[in-house]
Amino acid sequence: MNWDWGAVSDFMPYFWKGLLVTLEALALGSLISFALGLVWTLLMRTPTRWVRWPVGILTEFVRDTPLLVQLFFLFYVLPEAGVTLSPLTTGVLGLGLHYSTYTMQVYRAGIEAVPAGQWEAATALSLPVRRTWTAVVLPQAVRRVVPPLGNYVIAMLKDTPMLMTIGVLEMLGRARLVSQQHFQFTEPLTVIGVAFVVVSYLASVCLRTLERRLVR
Amino acid sequence: MTAGLWELVLQGIGITLQLLVYGALLTVVVSFAVGAARTHRSRLVRFLAACYTEVFRGISALVMIFWVFFVLPVAFGWQLVPMWAGTLALGLTYGAYGSEIVRGALAAVDPAQREGGIALGFSPWQRLRLILLPQAVPEMIPSFSNLLVELLKGTALVSITGMGDLAFSGNLVRLALQQSGQIYAYLLLIYFVIAFLLTRGMRVLERRLKAEVAR
Repeated sequence: MNWDWGAVSDFMPYFWKGLLVTLEALALGSLISFALGLVWTLLMRTPTRWVRWPVGILTEFVRDTPLLVQLFFLFYVLPEAGVTLSPLTTGVLGLGLHYSTYTMQVYRAGIEAVPAGQWEAATALSLPVRRTWTAVVLPQAVRRVVPPLGNYVIAMLKDTPMLMTIGVLEMLGRARLVSQQHFQFTEPLTVIGVAFVVVSYLASVCLRTLERRLVR
Repeated sequence: MTAGLWELVLQGIGITLQLLVYGALLTVVVSFAVGAARTHRSRLVRFLAACYTEVFRGISALVMIFWVFFVLPVAFGWQLVPMWAGTLALGLTYGAYGSEIVRGALAAVDPAQREGGIALGFSPWQRLRLILLPQAVPEMIPSFSNLLVELLKGTALVSITGMGDLAFSGNLVRLALQQSGQIYAYLLLIYFVIAFLLTRGMRVLERRLKAEVAR
């Protein structure tokens, strides 16, 4: 095995660009998944089953099918329907939609974990619905919700390389481009492998610190 | 869609299922080996196992697949058959996730059970095999069921390297027909049906195992 440090330093400028795109996709995808997951959770709490069933089936369908194929679907089918989006936008939408079906479960578990006595106390104090949610339920639910949400952000980080397949130049896309130009696959691919381990390890350390803060 | 194109999709399903079965077997082996190693007496073994989990969980599955397909042959002179390369990449990655499941379930067994084993003079291996695993395995099934669905979704990634799995054959059909809505809808449905069957099958398995422990 021969390792060429020159190839590594040639790759580094592209690597930083790729890392930036990866983080951008991750940040936007997380925001969409947090918001959309909340929408799914609230829809699942509506009293009528005519809303709950379609939402339940749709979200289970999205959760159980490969993100890769969903990305292809969005990327090739939306333009046929007359909606043309940039690859990055499509990718962010795909990531957000896919992970919203996971975050909805986190929200649901967080809300259900608030003891029934808290709801009853809010009723006994005749708090309006708004106050019940903002002052009683949500502050308790958030503590339980943040750690698993953070885990899904880390999981999403590891799915961002899939955006390469629809032409987004994130870390893996950059690495592939550079290695095809220079016929050196080992260095760029190893660099981004290490980068993924480092970034996700740092993220999990941050998350653990945040968790400890919230418990206090 | 013509019959020929359907045949292509059928072959794709075959490859995806094959990859799923091999990948799942390797995942289970890696999970139990690494998960059990994390409860080992020696601190060094525990540390190495934790490193494995951290590294292979940290690397994205897709990066891992690229690495096995493009770096291994060049750097180490190992040219694997695509099926084995795919199995290796998926099994090592998802095995790292599975090892956390195994470790968690082993840690959740009542400590008195382990102490009872020590008091009866069981060796560590006997304790693991006869006392801890029979109680821990049924508890792992729901998590492994989720992991299996993740693995199924992961098999679609090998299509990028040109392996003719379901996602790849779908792309070929799209190129042949020049229309994407229908074929991708079919693909997603097929994946969903496989995932549905897997989760229901795992539920049956869980019920059987729990009944056996209760006896």
